[in-house]
Amino acid sequence: MSLLVAERLEKSFGETRAVAGVSFSLDAGEMLALIGPNGAGKSTCFNMLNGQLHPDSGRVLLAGRDISRLSPRHMSRLGVGRSFQLAATFTSMTVRENVQMALIAQSGEVWRFVRPARALHVAEADALLALVGMADQAERAASVLAYGDLKRLELAMALAGTPRLLLMDEPTAGMAPVDRTALMALVRRIARARGVAVLFTEHDMDAVFSTADRILVLDQGHLIAEGDAAAIRADPRVRAVYLGEA
Amino acid sequence: MDFLVVQLLTGLASASSLFLIAAGLTVIFGVTRVVNFSHGSLFMLGAYIGWTILIRLPRDPLWFAAGVLGAALAVGALGAALEAVLLRRLYRAPELFQLLATFGVLLIVQDLTLLIWGADDLTLPRPPWLRAFVRVGAERFPLYDLILIAIGPMVLGLLWLLLRRTRFGILLRAATENRQMVAALGVNQKALFSAVFTLGSALAGLGGALALPDASANLQIDLGVIVEAFVVVVVGGMGSLPGAYLAALLIGVSQSFGIVLFPRITLVLVFAVMAVVLALRPQGLLGSEATSTAETTRASRPVRPASRAARLAGGLALCLALAAPLLLGPYPLSVATEAMIAVLFAASLHFTMGPGGMPSFGHAAWFGIGAYAAALLARQTMGMGLVLAPLFAGTVAAGFGWFVVRLSGVYLAMLTLAFAQIVWAAASQLVDLTGGDNGILGVRATGWVAAPSVFYWLALALCLGGAMALRRVLFAPFGYALRAARDAPLRAEAIGLDAQALRLVAFTISGATAGLAGSVFAYAKGSVFPTYIGIGKSVDALLMVLLGGVETMAGPVVGAIAYTGLFDALLLITDLWRLVLGMAIVALVLAFPDGIAGRAGRR
Ligand SMILES: Nc1ncnc2c1ncn2[C@@H]1O[C@H](COP(=O)(O)OP(=O)(O)OP(=O)(O)O)[C@@H](O)[C@H]1O
Ligand SMILES: [Mg+2]
Repeated sequence: MSLLVAERLEKSFGETRAVAGVSFSLDAGEMLALIGPNGAGKSTCFNMLNGQLHPDSGRVLLAGRDISRLSPRHMSRLGVGRSFQLAATFTSMTVRENVQMALIAQSGEVWRFVRPARALHVAEADALLALVGMADQAERAASVLAYGDLKRLELAMALAGTPRLLLMDEPTAGMAPVDRTALMALVRRIARARGVAVLFTEHDMDAVFSTADRILVLDQGHLIAEGDAAAIRADPRVRAVYLGEA
Repeated sequence: MDFLVVQLLTGLASASSLFLIAAGLTVIFGVTRVVNFSHGSLFMLGAYIGWTILIRLPRDPLWFAAGVLGAALAVGALGAALEAVLLRRLYRAPELFQLLATFGVLLIVQDLTLLIWGADDLTLPRPPWLRAFVRVGAERFPLYDLILIAIGPMVLGLLWLLLRRTRFGILLRAATENRQMVAALGVNQKALFSAVFTLGSALAGLGGALALPDASANLQIDLGVIVEAFVVVVVGGMGSLPGAYLAALLIGVSQSFGIVLFPRITLVLVFAVMAVVLALRPQGLLGSEATSTAETTRASRPVRPASRAARLAGGLALCLALAAPLLLGPYPLSVATEAMIAVLFAASLHFTMGPGGMPSFGHAAWFGIGAYAAALLARQTMGMGLVLAPLFAGTVAAGFGWFVVRLSGVYLAMLTLAFAQIVWAAASQLVDLTGGDNGILGVRATGWVAAPSVFYWLALALCLGGAMALRRVLFAPFGYALRAARDAPLRAEAIGLDAQALRLVAFTISGATAGLAGSVFAYAKGSVFPTYIGIGKSVDALLMVLLGGVETMAGPVVGAIAYTGLFDALLLITDLWRLVLGMAIVALVLAFPDGIAGRAGRR
């Protein structure tokens, strides 16, 4: 059985039909890319998968359970982690504290009022930061990080929740091309090693073709193609949408 | 039946007055996004200037109309001047700073008005046409109020024409809906903003002058009127004119019937209307929904535990504070007690406002509830007062917090302000329980605590202990989670934090500790009065926190001590403390938008 199944997802904003009947499935350990031009509906899809938006119709199933009406908070407890298109981190904290915060939330220690938080999960936080290549920046303020580093920090925070499903909206935006491929290769290793299902969007086609097991192409809310890198490269409709881009 | 009709008409008349003041406020907010506290002062000036003009004119309706228009124009001109001198510099400032700076203007205008017109209420002589009545069955209804009823919809109609049919109106609406676009179109934004401000001020002046025949020009109207106007604007949806009229109707009519049903607690009714509307539609009746899934991030520095030097300074200060009864006489000792109470009060506000991200404009409510609860319980025993009063304040805060944590920004500030005004009104109107404006006297520490030095040490333990406990909580996982929910709400939810629950608990803790500060204050002063709940007290707390800096954990402590010292010194020097304080607030906001100890940029 697939870990994640999306069934005929629909979402409109007023007149705009942002997502129009999108269905797909995703297995544990698999890397699935969702690509498409600007405004295709990728972020809207993501927002429905982690509960930030509720679909107008259609369902989201996680390990067979319908989760389409749950809140993001609920979903995170069920093992759905995500990173945002516009990186969102806690700007009044250091890099390490950001990860510690995610670990504190994960282990249900939020409602504690006495012992300092800084002493909690230090080693675990540092291990996660080392994993994403941020070990040397643990003491820096999150508010001064370069954009690419913010994305790495987001990944570490998402991993702190030991997710079964990882949703990554443009995880490498703001990075140099070399770093992009490296980071996506890292995500792929983690996905394989821990059996995490990963859905990601990405505008850099090299990163997509070199890391995704399977690719979905979205255009104006509709799924227009699905397949592996070779099939997508050859697909005439995709070529039409991406004329000159891929 | 006739009685009901008259009551309805009364409601409609007050709806018109409410609309006149709210219309200006909402138009100004819609375009400039400034929440203008001094709008109440403009209304008050309308009344005073109207009086000055009308008292010299022949007493017939036509001259009356001319005089009222003259007053409106004069206030419009004053508003234009105010915009050019001050508000223009505040357009990009955080909302709270706009509220504070314009509150400073309100203080300045109060003292200037006192200097020019004196302390007495000024009333107009009432010629026959102003005393005329119309018959409604067996009842009589003032003719002038009928005119007022007509003026509301008339002004709404004229404004509507202005907005729909003129180039100015089209620009104005465009600016309300999309500020960047208008700037991009190359419209002279400066001119547009001053025009809007002049228009809004003239409307306030018109309202003030029109209210003269039914009331008087006095120094209390500014605050009374602005709170009601805020409620109307928030209920109607900020920036919406038709919304403001609808809300004015709703509130005017429920007030006029409420006064029959519950004569003493009409303000509570106003608040209830607002609470229901905001619970169902947080953006107000006709306000546009602000949907955004975009993350709001702001630059700021990480909060760090105190440095060695800061700890040392704190330890030294604590030793001095402990030794104070041995070194100081009774008066300095009482000032020191007040400073410690101020520290706890400021720390409790900082808790919600800084890490909690909930800028309350009515924090005095909890202080006052604590003080009154302690005073009422003091008839039993002091120990009960000091324990139960904070618990009581915390419980009320938890109930009220249910509404608060669903709102943000101006809406939150307005709701907290309105609630504090309700509590204030209850304290001054429920005379049997609270003694009204005479307050409750004879709240004394008893038994072994009665000795001044012992009471001082008890106050020290409670206040500084309370402030340190709050600080401790902020460095614990709860405090981190609270800050996380403020820094990046979407990310916080995505890692499994319940932002609303966190905010609610924070609000409750803050209310309880402010209540503790209030109950210690009641014993320290030996009496409680409604002024403990006034806007002035809430602003005191805001100033202390802002003086110290919102982003630092030590800020409220430094700010409270500095503010208490400066304020006491000010009272010794001059009677015109409002003028000086108002100018100081304005200067402070213009010079240090981040507070004195706050270093990092908040925007
Ligand atoms: N909250 C919203 N309100 C109104 N319209 C929206 C909202 N969010 C998205 N849209 C619209 O829905 C469509 C899909 O947007 P979405 O953000 O999902 O695209 P995307 O594929 O993520 O684009 P990009 O590559 O630029 O991130 C767009 O036309 C967008 O304008
Ligand atoms: Mg997107």
